[in-house]
Amino acid sequence: MIDLVFQALQTLFTPDNFMYLMLGVMLGLVIGVFPGLGGIAGLSLLLPFLYGMDEVSALATLIGLVAVIPTSATFTSVLMGIPGSSSSQATVLDGFALAKKGQASRALGAAFSASLFGGLFGAIILTFFVQIARPVILIFGSAELFMLAIFGLSMVGSLSGKSLVKGVVACAFGLLVGSIGSAPATGEFRMIFGINYLYDGLPLVVIALSIFAFPEISELFRKDTAIADGAPLGKGGWLQGVKDLIKNKWLALRCAGIGTIVGAIPGMGGSVVDWIAYGHVVQTSKDKSKFGKGDIRGVIAPESANNAKEGGALMPTLLFGIPGSGSMAVFLGGMVLIGIEAGPSMVTTDIDLTYTIIWSLAIANVLGAGLSLFLAGPISKLTRIKFSLLAPFMIMVISFAAFQATKDMIDLWMLLIFGVIGIFMKRFGWSRPAFLIGFVLATQAESYLNMSVQFYSWDMFLRPGVLIIMVISLITVYFSRRGTVDENAELMEKERDRKLSLGPQLFFAAFILLFIIIAIIDGHQQSFLGGVFPLTIAYITLPFAVWLVWIFLQNKQDNPAVFDAEQAAEEGTFKAHWYEPLLWVGGLYLLSVLIGFIPAIMVFFVSFFTLKAQTSWLKTALLTIAGVGLLSLFGYFLNLEFPQGWLF
Amino acid sequence: MNKTQFQQIFGLCILFLGAFFLLSSLQKGETIVVQDSTTGEVAKVEIDDNYFAGKVIEWVIPFKEGGGSDTWARFNAQFLSKYLPGNPTVIISNIPGGGSIKGSNLFADRVKPDGLMILGTSGSTQMPFLLDDPRVRYDYADYKPLWTYPTGGVVYVSSDLGIKDASEIAKIKDIPLIYASQGPTSLDLVPNISFDLLGLNVKTVFGFRGRGAGRLAFERGEVKIDYQTSSAYLKNVVPLVESGEAVPLWSWGVLDENGELVRDPSFPDLPHFGEVYEIMHGKKGEGIAYNSWFATMAAGFGGMKLVLVPKETPDEIVTIYQKAITEMKKDPDYISKKQKAIGLYEQVVREKAKIIFDLATNIDEAEKEWCKNFLREKYNLNI
Repeated sequence: MIDLVFQALQTLFTPDNFMYLMLGVMLGLVIGVFPGLGGIAGLSLLLPFLYGMDEVSALATLIGLVAVIPTSATFTSVLMGIPGSSSSQATVLDGFALAKKGQASRALGAAFSASLFGGLFGAIILTFFVQIARPVILIFGSAELFMLAIFGLSMVGSLSGKSLVKGVVACAFGLLVGSIGSAPATGEFRMIFGINYLYDGLPLVVIALSIFAFPEISELFRKDTAIADGAPLGKGGWLQGVKDLIKNKWLALRCAGIGTIVGAIPGMGGSVVDWIAYGHVVQTSKDKSKFGKGDIRGVIAPESANNAKEGGALMPTLLFGIPGSGSMAVFLGGMVLIGIEAGPSMVTTDIDLTYTIIWSLAIANVLGAGLSLFLAGPISKLTRIKFSLLAPFMIMVISFAAFQATKDMIDLWMLLIFGVIGIFMKRFGWSRPAFLIGFVLATQAESYLNMSVQFYSWDMFLRPGVLIIMVISLITVYFSRRGTVDENAELMEKERDRKLSLGPQLFFAAFILLFIIIAIIDGHQQSFLGGVFPLTIAYITLPFAVWLVWIFLQNKQDNPAVFDAEQAAEEGTFKAHWYEPLLWVGGLYLLSVLIGFIPAIMVFFVSFFTLKAQTSWLKTALLTIAGVGLLSLFGYFLNLEFPQGWLF
Repeated sequence: MNKTQFQQIFGLCILFLGAFFLLSSLQKGETIVVQDSTTGEVAKVEIDDNYFAGKVIEWVIPFKEGGGSDTWARFNAQFLSKYLPGNPTVIISNIPGGGSIKGSNLFADRVKPDGLMILGTSGSTQMPFLLDDPRVRYDYADYKPLWTYPTGGVVYVSSDLGIKDASEIAKIKDIPLIYASQGPTSLDLVPNISFDLLGLNVKTVFGFRGRGAGRLAFERGEVKIDYQTSSAYLKNVVPLVESGEAVPLWSWGVLDENGELVRDPSFPDLPHFGEVYEIMHGKKGEGIAYNSWFATMAAGFGGMKLVLVPKETPDEIVTIYQKAITEMKKDPDYISKKQKAIGLYEQVVREKAKIIFDLATNIDEAEKEWCKNFLREKYNLNI
């Protein structure tokens, strides 16, 4: 085995192959920076080159591309609060908080070195376990996968803030929103309100952007300062981040382990791995007070997990030909095109190819993280720019990213609608991570429960694997209540002696209650198998939601559920009404419907810079050209579409 | 907003929008509008070997990246680009959703008869159309085939059941089995009807994402009966057969020139479904139930993949495509890589493609009713 391992390394280090690997890495970095673009966009760009390449070069290019996308996705997660990929959502919580404190380069330094560590860890595990992984992967049947979904949901306890009730309701709200669309067990359509778009449910990209990025952009818009308001760290901030990683090496190791395992289980999906790692670090840390407000450990945990995940995900991909994640599906397609069949032969006759893949993965991670570290310092200066100059770019980026989800104008409207919900969740202290975890795990929990009950009946809960995961989940819940992430703790202190008007909170809680009632009405119109999941969730949550409404109605100021960031904030913090960002974004989308997205973006840029940033003619023109040029360039090279208008 | 700001916005907007529309109208000048959408008149455009030069062909695949349809399309796309005169860029545009309904609907809304946008359907695109799914907005009567591609599939069971081949099929008749399915109206309609026709005691569990997930459930021992399409069977099930974990029972068979069901040349040793029906019931398959199975099989497998353009597309364009496909099939590189990438079957063009297209996209009213009734009684599904 050792011979083969080094032979593969030797082949990879011929100038040709190495150059192709580098090409893949560069492409992956550029594409990964743009939220919404991932391996899929990269593959379509690579395809013409793949044809005619020899196996090793082609594999190196593919892996180079796929491996570094989670690395460079970190840039927008940390610097702008925009989740760059589905597996770097959790990075936003503390990464962006650090950027706001002026420590962006430190957060990036820690994130990239954690990515590097996680990626290498995944590659090492893959090397040693790929030949014996097959039976281990097969242990995870539908019952175990259901229990793993429950384990994921148990993380909500650590992430729900002061009021557990609100956290649970937020999570249930996420589960119900996630169950919109066709029922896994029967194919019936739930809560689609006659909108075709909802047949397949809401896309994760859109929801993640609206719940995390949208409220942040809106808040910065209203404050109109630069993203970073703390003192700058000075030169070499990223070195500080590397030191942070070394200090927390055991944490990184544990999270890389979690990442590899979750990645290796087909059917879990990569979008929950960062939350599990984040939940883990919160539960195991003694001092939890800084989480959500800029704790470097909150960056290290998800970032070491999400790069390790790729190594794990390669196992089912290579062994069974079943992709362990979205980018792996693309990788698998690419392999087929160069004439390599994934399957049992990857550990017998084609083992040399497998080792080539592993080495490519390791080297790609080193190259990717190295280049990103190099750029971390200069790029983090973006956070010092006045926000009114940055805002149009960020709005353009999230709109573009959301549109990549299903290439439908409704993507943008959903971004706006859930963006408003996100704004209120943030303002009233409803846990957004809890909502997102519920959303991500809804389909998994439901379909695996349905399958396992039909396969094993209720004996499924007696299976050893299920029992083990159940015990782990219970321990998690126990630990989680000893301290929880609360980004609003400081503000909460301040609002103590103030009398809040609870009207707005009442309004929002009533909205959630209404949604739960709609879910119940809809659930009763479905067949038993089609409706049982949302109905169970909705009925369990109903009393909690009613109780919350009652709290606000009774004006119980002392209850931990009461929180309003708007009223707690100091006077003069916000320079614009809460609805002003919505008007700008809504206006942009309306104009897009009328004249198409690219022309609308031009008008938007010009108007925004002139009115909000009050830039000169020349500066406005240059910034607009930069924005639209960037967009068109990506569109041209990746053959991407933009929303078309009625008129043109 | 004061006056200077207004001037600035107004001036710059005019400038930018003007430049944008000027540029895009210049670009549009290059693309040839073959047909006027309002009058339906075909404009006089010379279609010669230069027609595709410098053009981009968008090949809509209503499935997600990395799946069977996607791989098939991407493999063919490289060669198509090579053999189409003028070497146009062929882009695969994946528009997944609603089990391929979304992308096909979108294609129906957007396509122009200029041969620059083509649709690659699959069995699961044909099924909801044939069953009058209300979500379907595409109509095969509006299209004509550029070429078609059949596929096959093999049904296999776990060796735990103790049978060696299909001749012993009667032995497993009463054993309760579970089949892992994607959904009642998906391509799984074909296996579901066939289990029913044979009188096997199979319960169907829905909600699996793709046949790969079903195979994994088989490998975990959660299900004992499964089917895979030919290429997936060769790659991932044959090793299980060799190690003694799986036993192949039958293939769906293929359609010959007369539209008759014959053994699949990829699996000459395996009986086709019609033969197994005979083993089980002692007589050849006939009657409405068997005919309905045959209709769904033709739609799902015989003409599994159809590459379509609107029927108004000039015949010259269709001919250019078919010529390219014919030449592509002779490419030594294509021949050597084809089997690994997409399987053993041939891309079908011209007359035979038309016959298969008709078989795959038409169904008798009575057979349609039978299928709907089957779904209603078996899965409580009203469509």
